[in-house]
Amino acid sequence: MKLPDLTELAVRNLRESVLRNSLTTIGISVGVASLVAMLSLGTGLQQMFSRRLAKSGLFDTIFVSSRRELRGMGREEERNGPAPGESRVLDEPARQEIEQLSNVLEAYPDIRFVTELRFEDKPHLTMISALPSSAKSNDAFEGMQGSFFSSDTAAEVILQKSFAEELLGKTPPLGSPEPNVAELAQPLRGRELLMRYAQRAAAPPQTAPRPDEPASPDATVGAAYSVISREQKLKIVGISDLDVESMRGPMRAKVFLPLKLAESLHVMQQTDLREISRAASDQPVYSSISVRVKNPTQVQAVEDAIKKMGFTTLSILDASRSLQQVFRVLYAFLGIFGSLALIVASIGIVNTLVMAILERRREIGIMKAIGASDKDVQSLFFAEAGAMGVLGGIVGVVLGWAIGQVINFGTNIYLKRQSLPPEHFWAVPLWLVVLAIVFAFLVSLVSGLYPARRAARLDPVQALRYE
Amino acid sequence: MGETVIRAVDGVSLEVRAGEFVALLGTSGSGKSSMLNLIAGLDRPTSGTVVVQDRDLARLSREELAKYRLRVVGMVFQSFNLIPSMTLAENVELPLRFAEVERGQRGNLVREALDRVGLRARKDHRPSELSGGEQQRAALARALINRPQLLLADEPTGNLDSHTGIEIMDLVGEFNRQLGMTVVMVTHERALAERYAQRMIFLADGKLIDEQKNAAVLERTRS
Repeated sequence: MKLPDLTELAVRNLRESVLRNSLTTIGISVGVASLVAMLSLGTGLQQMFSRRLAKSGLFDTIFVSSRRELRGMGREEERNGPAPGESRVLDEPARQEIEQLSNVLEAYPDIRFVTELRFEDKPHLTMISALPSSAKSNDAFEGMQGSFFSSDTAAEVILQKSFAEELLGKTPPLGSPEPNVAELAQPLRGRELLMRYAQRAAAPPQTAPRPDEPASPDATVGAAYSVISREQKLKIVGISDLDVESMRGPMRAKVFLPLKLAESLHVMQQTDLREISRAASDQPVYSSISVRVKNPTQVQAVEDAIKKMGFTTLSILDASRSLQQVFRVLYAFLGIFGSLALIVASIGIVNTLVMAILERRREIGIMKAIGASDKDVQSLFFAEAGAMGVLGGIVGVVLGWAIGQVINFGTNIYLKRQSLPPEHFWAVPLWLVVLAIVFAFLVSLVSGLYPARRAARLDPVQALRYE
Repeated sequence: MGETVIRAVDGVSLEVRAGEFVALLGTSGSGKSSMLNLIAGLDRPTSGTVVVQDRDLARLSREELAKYRLRVVGMVFQSFNLIPSMTLAENVELPLRFAEVERGQRGNLVREALDRVGLRARKDHRPSELSGGEQQRAALARALINRPQLLLADEPTGNLDSHTGIEIMDLVGEFNRQLGMTVVMVTHERALAERYAQRMIFLADGKLIDEQKNAAVLERTRS
């Protein structure tokens, strides 16, 4: 029999015992719905985490550091081990070379130092980091109050919210809800900070370094350069709501400066101490460089190219790869639990079809007597099972989607009450829709296997005798 | 139950020529229906051969037997055996579906077959809405639709009153004469056989006991 005939007869037969067949189909729908619900929860969660990660703006960024600093890789704060052998120095020519690599958008040095900021004459020691102007466009500053730096050399500063709290003298107890950024920004925006820092100068110092300067003891070691104490006024333009602990790379600081301004200040950095032999040249040496790639998919290739140049690299891909691993396991679990209901439903199909054989025994006999082959009868039962599967699959996907919407809606009401931003942690991608329907279809066919074979094997003489 | 071997048909030798109208007569349990099932390819002999158009049915695979039933044989039964959930037209169309006849041609074929049995007006009715005679006529149309050479009828008038029975038998006789179909009919009504069959074969306890030519019918069909 041809497929259109098969489908037509199958649908007609399904309609003959509407109640039983719709109950079976509902069973499949519930199974598919649970599968879809489980997997869309998994997908949604993954997307949510990916969004969170992307928010850090680091998916397209590679951190490059010199091989000499292997020990401190990824933990820029604690680099004081001995340099492991001679390898390439991460200096200005190296930075330019990296910037010339294909698919590289920009390569900028990570300038980062701990220094003293004075606000209302009170000193605050903190970590300061420089941001390139391109950081403005990344999502990391989505929730910022105020504005980004007016220019790359402006004497302006963006504060991280916990530092803003510190400046205002409000240190919340541990575990208290996150502070409201807008509230913090209000008294601080437009105010000035005084940054006191140590400048590295190539020429021997004309004046002796001040004894109270943090970097001053080092000045006596290097004859090649000297350290001068400087002050710089900075205007607060923005308060960022970034959480320091969730950030990496240049974002992992409490105060941000424009990159060009930071470069021009020639602030004494920790690496300078170790690169003392080279410091004679005027070319700055960087502890690390951030490389932004045009597209996250090119990160791997660029990373390899930089490694070939003799540097150590680190990208968020490494981190997201392990995250993907976790999600694969989560998927498997959710998938298994979701499929259980579908498997139970498939037993319903077997039952329904076996019942149908008993009921339609005579009909099968008639069909065989007038020329239906075993294959025709078998295909007909398969088609009925398949039709129930596809129908149940479609209804199930809709049901699963609806369940997801309801739960998402409910959760967002809850989140809103807790004054948290709404999240979209439920996603039904197209592949899941297709997969669910195909899976329901396949499960139904497998369930139809036994009844179909049994129907096909019926002896027509006996079947015709059956009343 | 099924363990005891029952010889429903035992050592019967029978030959039917193309275009012949043969009646198998006997009381119930005489083996006449089993005989018909063997010829129809619904059953297989445990020994012996059934040869139709040079093919030995005992040696055909299940698939080939189905094809044989579809193309060579048309069957009608005592209880009509129409599928109750289908309309007459759909019932008649069913063998065409199995034969994978193009959709476009089916409509005409079905109409033609229903016309032949005079049921065109009833084509959208379900079997339960029709009289026994009408149902049997529909069954005849269905048996006819694939243009088989062999029509097998198992007590075709058994559930009908005598008047309607004669109507049906007239149709069967017509198929035999006009379409050249070979007819093998099982019946226990001797009068019916005498009226329509060219040859009567008497069975009892699975054995052939007598065979009679029907001169009057032979005379009539020759003319």
